[in-house]
Amino acid sequence: MSMEEVLNKVRDCVWELPSNYKKSMRVPGRIFLDDEALKDLEKGAVDQVANVASLPGIQKFSIGLPDIHFGYGFSIGGVGAFSARNGIISPGGVGFDINCGVRMVRTNLSEEEVRPKIKEIIDTLFRNVPSGVGSKGKIRLKKGQIDEVLTNGAEWAVENDYGWEEDLEYLEENGKMKEANSDKVSEKAKKRGVPQLGTLGSGNHFLEVQKIEKIFEPEVAEKFAVEKGKIAILIHTGSRGCGHQVCSDYLRIMDKAYKRHKINIPDRQLACAPVDSDEAQDYFQAMSAAANYAWANRQMILHWVRESFEQIFQKSAEDMGMSVVYDVAHNMAKKEVHEIKGRSKELYVHRKGATRSFGPGRKEIPSPYRKIGQPVLIPGTMGTSSYLLHGTQTAMDETFGSTAHGAGRKMSRAGAKRKYRGEEIQKYLQKKGIIIKATSMPVVAEEAPGAYKNVDEVIQTVEKSGISKLVAQMVPLGVAKG
Amino acid sequence: MRFEFFDVTADTGYWSFGSSLEESFENAALAMFEVMTNTSQIRKLEKREIEVISEDKISLLYDFLEELLFIHEVEYLVFSDFEVEIQKLKEKYKLNGVAEGEKINPEVHEIRGEVKAVTFHKMEIRKEDGYKVRVILDI
Repeated sequence: MSMEEVLNKVRDCVWELPSNYKKSMRVPGRIFLDDEALKDLEKGAVDQVANVASLPGIQKFSIGLPDIHFGYGFSIGGVGAFSARNGIISPGGVGFDINCGVRMVRTNLSEEEVRPKIKEIIDTLFRNVPSGVGSKGKIRLKKGQIDEVLTNGAEWAVENDYGWEEDLEYLEENGKMKEANSDKVSEKAKKRGVPQLGTLGSGNHFLEVQKIEKIFEPEVAEKFAVEKGKIAILIHTGSRGCGHQVCSDYLRIMDKAYKRHKINIPDRQLACAPVDSDEAQDYFQAMSAAANYAWANRQMILHWVRESFEQIFQKSAEDMGMSVVYDVAHNMAKKEVHEIKGRSKELYVHRKGATRSFGPGRKEIPSPYRKIGQPVLIPGTMGTSSYLLHGTQTAMDETFGSTAHGAGRKMSRAGAKRKYRGEEIQKYLQKKGIIIKATSMPVVAEEAPGAYKNVDEVIQTVEKSGISKLVAQMVPLGVAKG
Repeated sequence: MRFEFFDVTADTGYWSFGSSLEESFENAALAMFEVMTNTSQIRKLEKREIEVISEDKISLLYDFLEELLFIHEVEYLVFSDFEVEIQKLKEKYKLNGVAEGEKINPEVHEIRGEVKAVTFHKMEIRKEDGYKVRVILDI
C-alpha cells in the first residue's frame, strides 16, 4: 500500500492521515512533506503517527514534520499535544537525549579573518571541549552540586562563571525549567551526569564554525543581529548520560504505570501515565531536571568556545561580539498554552526530534525578537548547510508551534560504514574547504553527509508549508566531533 | 560467530549467540562494547562484579547491559570478557556476572561511537541452535 493512497492532500506540503486509518485513532494525523519526500515515507513512521493519535487526551492532530522517520514508539520528527486535564505524559514522546538542542553564537569576525586560522581554531575547540567515548569533563562537581545543576540549569553555569548573565535571556525557558525536581532523578542518573558535565558526546553531536552565506529576510536578520559574511558557531549536544538514564528509568516505571492505570496503547513503547498521576508528574519533574543539565552543559561549552577564540584572536569575546543568537531544545515535553477551537488550553506538548517554532507575540520569546517570532535553528549534517529561521502563526495554528529539527537519517549507521570510510569523508570535505576533527573515524563515516536526507529539501518543505520562515543560511568552515 | 550486527536506520542492532542463555548474554555484552571500541585490544586489568534481579528474562538482559553501560560511563571502563550465571527465583530472575577489562585509553584503544542507551525495542530471546538474543542500542 503506497502512503500516497492513504494520505489526503490538505494543501501543498501538508497531508492528512484520516482518523479511520486505524480504529484506535482519536484524532487525524498531519504530515508535512513535499510530493517527492512522500514517496520515501516509511509505513512504520505513518503507523507511529497513527499510534500517537490513539493516546488519551490528544489534541487536534498527531503531527509528523518534514524530517519524520521511524523511532521508538513515537516517530522522530513528531509532535503530540495532550490535554493537561485528561491527557497523558510519555517519556517515549521525548526520547533518550532529553533537551538535545542547538545553540547559535554570533561573532563580528569575517571569513577573511577566520579562514586562515580554521585548523588552529578547530584543534583548539577540540582540545578545550571534551568529546567522544570515555571523555572526561574538565570539572569535577563536588557532592551535592549535581542537584544545583539539575535545579538551576544554565543559571547555575553562569553563577559559576561559565558565560554571561545576558546569555540566559536568549535560551528557551531562560535555560531553566522551573518544574525541575532533582529528587525525582535517580542516583544512577546523577552518577552518570557528574563526570560528563561539560562534554560534547559522540554521534551526531558537534561544534561547528560557520559562515553566514545568505540572508533571506534582511529585516529579520538585522533584528537577530546576523550579517552576511560573518562567522557564527553552532553547538549541538544534550543531557548526556544523565538524560539517557532518566529516560531509561521512567520507561520502566511507565511500563508498569500504563497497565496500572488501564490505558489502552497500541504499542508498549508508547508507555505513558495520566497527567495527574504521580508517575507522570515525577517523570515531568525529572525530565525538566535533565533538561536543565543539558542547558548547563551547552552553557559551559559556550564558555570554552569563547575562551578558544580569545586564545587564538587575542581579543576578548565581548570585542568579538560573541553573544548568543538563541538556543533551542529538540527533545522535550513542555506545559504550554495553545488555542484549541478558539479557547486557550493548557497542554503537555511532546516534541521528539522537533523544534519549537513559536510565532509572533508569544510571551516565551525574548523581547527583542517577540514581534517576529522565535529564532529557529535547524542544523544540517557534517559538511552541509545549517539554517536560521523564525517561528510563525501558521506553526501556532497547525503544529502547536513546532517545526523540523534537522535532516533525518536515511541510511543506517552500519550501512554508512560499509559505504564510506571516515578518512575519505574527511578528505572530501577538506577539498570543499571544510576541516573536520573527530575522536572517531568510524563516527565520521556514520555521519557522512550521504547518510542523511538532504537538509535543503527539509528546509524547503518547512518554508513552503509555512511552519517556519527562512532568515539565513550558514555553511561550515570547520567541525569538531566526538 | 559470537554476534552479528544488522541495519537499523538511526541506531545499531545486533544478534548475539550462545550455546546457553548465559553465553548469549555474555556475547550481547561483548557486542555492546564492540560498538564503542575494538574489544580485541582490551586487556583484562580490572574486574567488576554485577548482580541484577528482574521480572523476566528480557528485562534481565536489558538490566544487565544497562548496568555495564553505567559502569562504563562512571568508571571509564571497557570490558571484553564476561562470565554470567542466571538463576530462576520464585517470580524473578537473578543474574550474577563478572566483567573484565580496563580503563579506555585513546592511545591503546580504537575509539568508535558512544552508546546512549539500551532499548527494549524488538528485544528478543530465541531458543534456536542454542540461544540467540536481539538488542537495539540507541546511539
